[in-house]
Amino acid sequence: MLRLVSFALFLAVWSLGSQLAGEQMLPAPATVLATITSEAQSGALFLNLGATLARVFLAFALAMTVGTAIGILMGRSQVVDRLGDPWLLVLLNLPALVVIVLAYIWAGLTEVAAIAAVAVNKLPNAVVTIREGARALDPGFSEMARVFEMPRWKMLRHVMLPQLAPYIAAASRSGLSLVWKIVLVVELLGRPNGVGFEIGIAFQLFDVTRILAYALSFTVVVLVIETLLVQPVERHASRWRSRLA
Amino acid sequence: MRPAGDPALLDIRILHKAYVAASGERLEVLSDIAFALAHGEVGVLVGPSGCGKTTMLRIIAGLDTDFEGAVRRPPGRIGMVFQEPRLLPWRTVEENIRLIASDIGDEKLGALFRLLGLEAHRSHYPGELSLGLARRVALARAFAVDPKLLILDEPFTSLDAPLAARLREELATLVDRSPVTTLLVTHDVDEAVRLADRLFLLSARPARILADLPIARPRAERSEHEVAALRSDIGHKLHVFAKT
Repeated sequence: MLRLVSFALFLAVWSLGSQLAGEQMLPAPATVLATITSEAQSGALFLNLGATLARVFLAFALAMTVGTAIGILMGRSQVVDRLGDPWLLVLLNLPALVVIVLAYIWAGLTEVAAIAAVAVNKLPNAVVTIREGARALDPGFSEMARVFEMPRWKMLRHVMLPQLAPYIAAASRSGLSLVWKIVLVVELLGRPNGVGFEIGIAFQLFDVTRILAYALSFTVVVLVIETLLVQPVERHASRWRSRLA
Repeated sequence: MRPAGDPALLDIRILHKAYVAASGERLEVLSDIAFALAHGEVGVLVGPSGCGKTTMLRIIAGLDTDFEGAVRRPPGRIGMVFQEPRLLPWRTVEENIRLIASDIGDEKLGALFRLLGLEAHRSHYPGELSLGLARRVALARAFAVDPKLLILDEPFTSLDAPLAARLREELATLVDRSPVTTLLVTHDVDEAVRLADRLFLLSARPARILADLPIARPRAERSEHEVAALRSDIGHKLHVFAKT
């Protein structure tokens, strides 16, 4: 109920702003909706959303997998931590734009370069968060697993990953939003489709309606992913907690 | 009792074990600990708290290799019950056991659950169990792997006396049913004289073995009277050692 009120308020402020600033600067909600509908009818909307979504997922999966592995290694081994820490600092402070431009120059305007550039941008955040989790692992459980000779993969799956789950969830939450923002930049600079590409075209034409239409559509997609995918997965992972009470 | 050189023997020789404390000070924890247990023997270590018993068990379990000396374990798996139950909170009672004892049959698991009164709790998560129940699950997990060496680190502490007594009975039943070389640490003399085949009295830190006392009569046949006599005898010994 409160969410609906909040949404209505958002629309009201938007309409008011549109009347004050004029259709040219800030088109009304109805205008934007009409553009979304026509883009959807032509099929362009879904094509671009799909392309962006695929890039988001690939880059996200790549960054999370590699980031989790490096994070665990750095959290468990002092040597690896010392070796990796300066690299991590450099990556954390390297502007996204630099990584993207360099990737395009070195690997050409390719899909691989685009996805790798996004993944490299997300990677250090994932590593830092997972490393914190790996440092906080309960040594008691590791000892238990060692005495009972648990195989390594079983130990990873049933002892380590459940302890890391809150950290992985935190990294995913901030990760998904960060990744899709960077994917748009990558698309703007060097891809022939996707939401970022469309927004780039609209920018050249000063077409605010089109910019809003694509941005809002993708926001809706992200919200749907959040409710249909992220939240159920988290509920499943913490099922043993909720039963406490 | 089998002759020496038996491969099922647990043979422990710890010459020195020291810690370097945070202050940089070197702390001698164990010195000159040497004893052996034959197959199926239950050895109980009794000593003041903080004397290094847990450190000794960690060395014997192979968790700590930073010591002078040698430990020979009987070949086969180790079943260990830690001071805290150490159950994985994100797995159910049954999953906790099956994860460790992956090849355990339904029948054997069922029998173990029945003996320890855990049947109703198979699908509960450890967070839903009382400490007494969680300790039973830890006990079940240690027995589920068919251990050739059983190590128990004060498994019944912070339980009320009747419950501790019942769990002790259950442990005795399990050990007598399928004999396994067992090492139990406790500071409870009563518990020690009820369970032990051999009783080791330990000194304060650095821990040494002050006395090695075999108890000949099988634990199932010990009368209350004998238990009381043993208890007072050991209490007396501990008292004497404390003075010297």
